[in-house]
Amino acid sequence: MIFRSEASRGYTLSAPATAYVGFLVAAPLVILIAYSFWTQTYVTLDKTPTLKNYSDAFADPLVRHLMLRSIWIAGAVTIVTVALAYPIAYFIAMKAQKKTIWLLLITIPFWSSYLLRVFAWKLILGFNGVMNSALLALGLINEPLDFLLYNEFAVVLTLAHAWAPFAILPIYVSLQKIDPSLLEAATDLGNSPIQRFMRVTLPLTIPGIIAACLIIFIPTVGDYVTPALVGGSDGKMIANLIQVQFGAANNWPLGATLSLIAMLSVGFVAIVFVMSATRLGRRIR
Amino acid sequence: MRRPTTLTAYAFLYLLFLYLPVLFLPLFSFNSGTIVAFPIKGWTLDWYRKLDEQDTLIQALWNSLAVGTVVALLSTAMGLFAARAFVRYRFRGQRAAEGLVMLPLVIPGIIVASSMLVLFLFLGLKPSLLTVILGHTFLALPFSVSILKSAFDDFDASLEEASYDLGVGVFETFRRVTLPVVAPGIVASVLVTFTVSFDEFVLAFFLSGNQPTLPVYIWSQIRFPAKLPNVLALGSILLLTSVLRDAVRPRFYV
Repeated sequence: MIFRSEASRGYTLSAPATAYVGFLVAAPLVILIAYSFWTQTYVTLDKTPTLKNYSDAFADPLVRHLMLRSIWIAGAVTIVTVALAYPIAYFIAMKAQKKTIWLLLITIPFWSSYLLRVFAWKLILGFNGVMNSALLALGLINEPLDFLLYNEFAVVLTLAHAWAPFAILPIYVSLQKIDPSLLEAATDLGNSPIQRFMRVTLPLTIPGIIAACLIIFIPTVGDYVTPALVGGSDGKMIANLIQVQFGAANNWPLGATLSLIAMLSVGFVAIVFVMSATRLGRRIR
Repeated sequence: MRRPTTLTAYAFLYLLFLYLPVLFLPLFSFNSGTIVAFPIKGWTLDWYRKLDEQDTLIQALWNSLAVGTVVALLSTAMGLFAARAFVRYRFRGQRAAEGLVMLPLVIPGIIVASSMLVLFLFLGLKPSLLTVILGHTFLALPFSVSILKSAFDDFDASLEEASYDLGVGVFETFRRVTLPVVAPGIVASVLVTFTVSFDEFVLAFFLSGNQPTLPVYIWSQIRFPAKLPNVLALGSILLLTSVLRDAVRPRFYV
């Protein structure tokens, strides 16, 4: 054998992956932080450390507005997606005859391009789009509905669709782990199906729900494509503003500052959420 | 027996919700009218025929194929080693290492994209397909590691020990015992990581410079209504290929 100890073999084999990810997480972060203390006028970068970007960002009502909206949209998306997905996960884990086929059916659409799926929603919800033309043709409405596209509703709907398997799979896994004898015991002790669900099933799936919430909430706060395509001006989010700083506005230091603020806000909300959810989980038990 | 029936009905409605948007793209790609609305004017294959006339599209397709292939090989190779280390050996900091490798899954895309752009320019790397490859490998690694971890989970370590006991060397054992058993995992990892790269937009949008990948090309076309039918045709072909790719691959929970 090349290496004597098990540990050194473990380190050596995992080193390329961990070093790669570690470097690409840490190095950009350091440079991003450095950038956030610099300033830029047109093309010249001034490396004198200053807090100007932060004071600008915090003073700008647009930044605050977009940041809060991103968090609230991500929160709404998370709740809607998990609420819609829970019954499906329950159905597959507890009722469905052919679990693998159902799991396959649910994941297949998501191996297609995210961009195209969001684009499809734009076509469906548009003023002259699929939904309106279909409803008009069926005679259900007299004129096209204009509240479908270019608002927060469109963003939440599109993302609830985009994230579906990320909610279903973790909840499904935690439902699968439940020992059937616990459910039998609850029934034997006189619980109605609803009581049994509230007292046994739901508390035991809280870890799955927390995992689903995090894996949806965190990336959604920084989503760019959906607000850009279906959000209109009422549905723009922080990512769109960050992109402008790195693109058209060409103000990288401000873009870096906004990225950091977004990252910290997401982290803060996520930590508060995990702590309160675990506490709630403990109380139910 | 009322509850299961309502639940089953809900399950089918939900499937409809999942598939409907995805099915509209192919449906309207055969529409002879340029407006995406009912009723459909007539059926045509023109939009598909016109695809191969577009040089920038073909170039973007080649870019995406090249990037996807390199990313699939790089991330699967790194994932193979890491997954083996995580499943087979116990070492201090292992859980932290496993967590670190999963990190790319939960960092918002825009933050990965903007921070990598800043890093690569700092290092003197101009935005190009190379920087897209480096970024996509980062995003694809968690997928390859988790797929290969489950492949190694099914692998009985005593097979390797038997091979060593019979006097076969480390590399030969890897080639003749380990590799054949985890081969389905490797195939799954290559296909999934290729798909992750092939479909990825935001990072490529930031990092591709003047060498657009296919999603970046599609993004540039989406805004022009006249180009819409072409995008629909292209999108339908991509949908079909990703579904086929997913349908044929071996399955490891992901």
